[in-house]
Amino acid sequence: MVHWSAEEKQLIASIWSKVNVEQCGAEALARLLIVYPWTQRFFDNFGNLSSPTAIIGNPKVRAHGKKVLTSFGEAIKNLDNLKGTYSKLSELHCEKLHVDPENFRLLGDILVIVLAAHFTKDFTPACQATWQKLVGLVAHALAHKYH
Amino acid sequence: MVLSAADKNNVKAAFGKIGGQAEEYGAEALERMFCTYPQTKTYFPHFDLGKGSAQVKAHGKKVAAALVEAANHIDDIAGALSKLSDLHAQKLRVDPVNFKLLGQCFLVVVAARNPALLTPEMHASLDKFLCAVGTVLTAKYR
Repeated sequence: MVHWSAEEKQLIASIWSKVNVEQCGAEALARLLIVYPWTQRFFDNFGNLSSPTAIIGNPKVRAHGKKVLTSFGEAIKNLDNLKGTYSKLSELHCEKLHVDPENFRLLGDILVIVLAAHFTKDFTPACQATWQKLVGLVAHALAHKYH
Repeated sequence: MVLSAADKNNVKAAFGKIGGQAEEYGAEALERMFCTYPQTKTYFPHFDLGKGSAQVKAHGKKVAAALVEAANHIDDIAGALSKLSDLHAQKLRVDPVNFKLLGQCFLVVVAARNPALLTPEMHASLDKFLCAVGTVLTAKYR
């Protein structure tokens, strides 16, 4: 059973309340595809991913990034039941999408960097620690139903 | 992992921009690492790890100096960091997984202090560079 302190919950809520989900999600996914280009393997049908500029401008990347981060929002509403929240998505990523869970960890790390860039000095070490914990647990929940 | 000519230019430019603040970047990266990944503190039982610790500042300066050295000799990072590589293999023996953790924290520091510097292309180049440094430092482990 995951334990969240009052301070951690506050750090999550205060950051999340100021996040533009569409922009942040698009940026995080674009950076994943740029910084770790092998992750493009899951997106053959996304069209032009031939350069960082193409990736950043790609409407399918933007849309999917928004989808992914919106789902993150669900996790934040259900911090005490991440495994339950992500149960169906976990099965989907294993059985249909065949995504190596390592990719969830990579995206999580990128999301933390995107948040740091947006919030700068407000993204304190304590804030980073809380968010790294969150992205790690989300990655773990998404991998939980793998077989 | 091979650093392209563009990567090398990006890394040199980054450290040029960071300039004299490299020491602070190093110290903050360590502070974030100890906070975010408490298991990394096990390598520093002899340090005061409290906020503003002079020892962490001094160590951050050392870490930053090594990164700057690697950036300045980016065509031969293994050569530039050879002695440090020996030190990590023979004496320090920091588990290889920890270099990724420090790398992540260094990128967070760059993002937080200089977001305009961390374009996606720069992010990719710096990430590759930090990986390369970690690889060199653990190359002689066995």
